[in-house]
Amino acid sequence: MSAVATAAGQELLATKDLSAYYGEREAVGNVSLSFPRKAVTAVIGPSGCGKTTLLRCLNRIHEVAFEARVKGRVLLDGEDIYGGDVDPMAIRRRIGMVFQRPNPFPTLSILDNALACAGKGLNRRQKMECAERALHAAALWDEVKDKLRTSPLRLSGGQQQRLCIARAVAAEPEVLLMDEPTASLDPIATAVIEELMARLTDEFTIVAVTHNMQQAARVSDYSAFMLADEHGVGRLIEVDETGKLFTKPSDPRTEDYITGRFG
Amino acid sequence: MTVAALRYGRLKRRRAYGWLGIALALFCAVLAAGALLAILGYVVVQGVAAINWDFLTQLPHPIGVPGGGVANGIVGTFIIIATAMAIAVPIGLLTGIYLALFGRGPIPEALRFLSDVLSGVPSIAIGLFAYAVLVAPLKHFSAFSASFAFAMLMLPLLVRTSEQAIRSVPQTVREGALALGMSNFRATVGIVLPTARPAIITALLLAIARVTGETAPLLFTAFGSQYWELNPNNPMAVLALQVFNYAISPYPNWQAQAWAGAFLLVAAVFVLSVGARLMLSRAMRGLES
Ligand SMILES: Nc1ncnc2c1ncn2[C@@H]1O[C@H](COP(=O)(O)OP(=O)(O)OP(=O)(O)O)[C@@H](O)[C@H]1O
Ligand SMILES: [Mg+2]
Repeated sequence: MSAVATAAGQELLATKDLSAYYGEREAVGNVSLSFPRKAVTAVIGPSGCGKTTLLRCLNRIHEVAFEARVKGRVLLDGEDIYGGDVDPMAIRRRIGMVFQRPNPFPTLSILDNALACAGKGLNRRQKMECAERALHAAALWDEVKDKLRTSPLRLSGGQQQRLCIARAVAAEPEVLLMDEPTASLDPIATAVIEELMARLTDEFTIVAVTHNMQQAARVSDYSAFMLADEHGVGRLIEVDETGKLFTKPSDPRTEDYITGRFG
Repeated sequence: MTVAALRYGRLKRRRAYGWLGIALALFCAVLAAGALLAILGYVVVQGVAAINWDFLTQLPHPIGVPGGGVANGIVGTFIIIATAMAIAVPIGLLTGIYLALFGRGPIPEALRFLSDVLSGVPSIAIGLFAYAVLVAPLKHFSAFSASFAFAMLMLPLLVRTSEQAIRSVPQTVREGALALGMSNFRATVGIVLPTARPAIITALLLAIARVTGETAPLLFTAFGSQYWELNPNNPMAVLALQVFNYAISPYPNWQAQAWAGAFLLVAAVFVLSVGARLMLSRAMRGLES
């Protein structure tokens, strides 16, 4: 397909012929896509083309939905995460996720949210350090350091979203999936999170869904364009280095989309 | 008549009907609220007149001896309801969790249907059932058989309300927990249930309120007692039963005590309902953002 797919050894995560279903409805069809290590790959495309569904297949959270099924393979470091003896919980610890709408745990304090899946077997001081590191990584520490024991529901939407990022980061995953992480945020909070994504690639491989093409252009190294076919099945149209996809797309449908002719 | 005049005539008639409808609705609302207030007011006036410290702290006196109270019935009510909760809450809550998390398919549907049927069974029939399985075979009345009947009365309410309480927790919260690699059990017990806690407490309070004034199933289970009775294996005094027995007695002294007992029951249900409302508004607030 392109330089991305053939850059052997570069990819940490890859889908092979992946199809996803809700009951009989095929939402994503035959997607083969690789996500290079320590880079941001953006998934773009019009509403309903299956971006969220694709992302949810990558950490096996798709199967939590009612009658949701997956066909094909998803390889993490060469190993199929849908293999028979693979524990989905272990996969989800290696592949963290940030959802489209901030979803902090309402009954836990800010601190306990950050530590929700980290800090097992650590003493108090180590836990504090772990939380502080995660909150720093999510660029939230300065805003919450004086109210760590209060409810996350009193934070703004952008702060809640960064708390969710901190929560995911604290679990020390290898891959971070982000589903339109700035969809509900104002430009300032968006800028903070975009900056954050650039910084997080030092440690993580990031897959980010976005509606916003400027954002994809700003934050991602690679971009994948998806489109629903005439049956409403989401297909991968093309994937390339972001600069190339946005300037010289090889498929006319990609060009139509990025020049705003539809979608 | 011109068209305009005709229209005007219709308009006037429509307006008149409109006013008539509003007046009628208002009248009915006042009637309903008035009836409720009248009952409550009557119970309060009669009850407050008859209630005193002895009534709350003493055992019933024999017929003809003035004074005495319903202390054993108050304690009995607590014991029987607490035992009923111990039976119904774990079963109801677990069933509610099951229905909320795995609620589609024939088995959950059958469970929901059964629970709806059970909630429609008259309480006296449930009392009879308790009599048939726990009183008749053992050949004696017991507080425990009353708890069993109460548990059956609470169960459908608990199942439905706890299912709804858990469903009211956004799926995104549960998925957030699962996406961190938590087990289904930990996500449910550690994250979803605490989020639903105010709504679940509301459900418990409403379940208690549901059985607090129930009398019919007690007639042939707890049966009643003149004495201090703390052993659930024996017949036990219950406030609602005492109200019933005193109310149908010919003695003015006992009839006054029936009002005092009714007042206590109404007050208890009132407090429980207000508490449930408060918890519910807290639950709504908690889930808002
Ligand atoms: N839980 C579900 N049950 C049934 N169909 C679903 C479900 N979730 C999504 N779909 C369908 O799958 C298709 C893809 O949905 P998806 O949410 O993946 O799109 P998306 O690209 O993320 O859209 P958006 O940009 O609006 O978020 C849609 O046609 C949608 O109707
Ligand atoms: Mg989406």
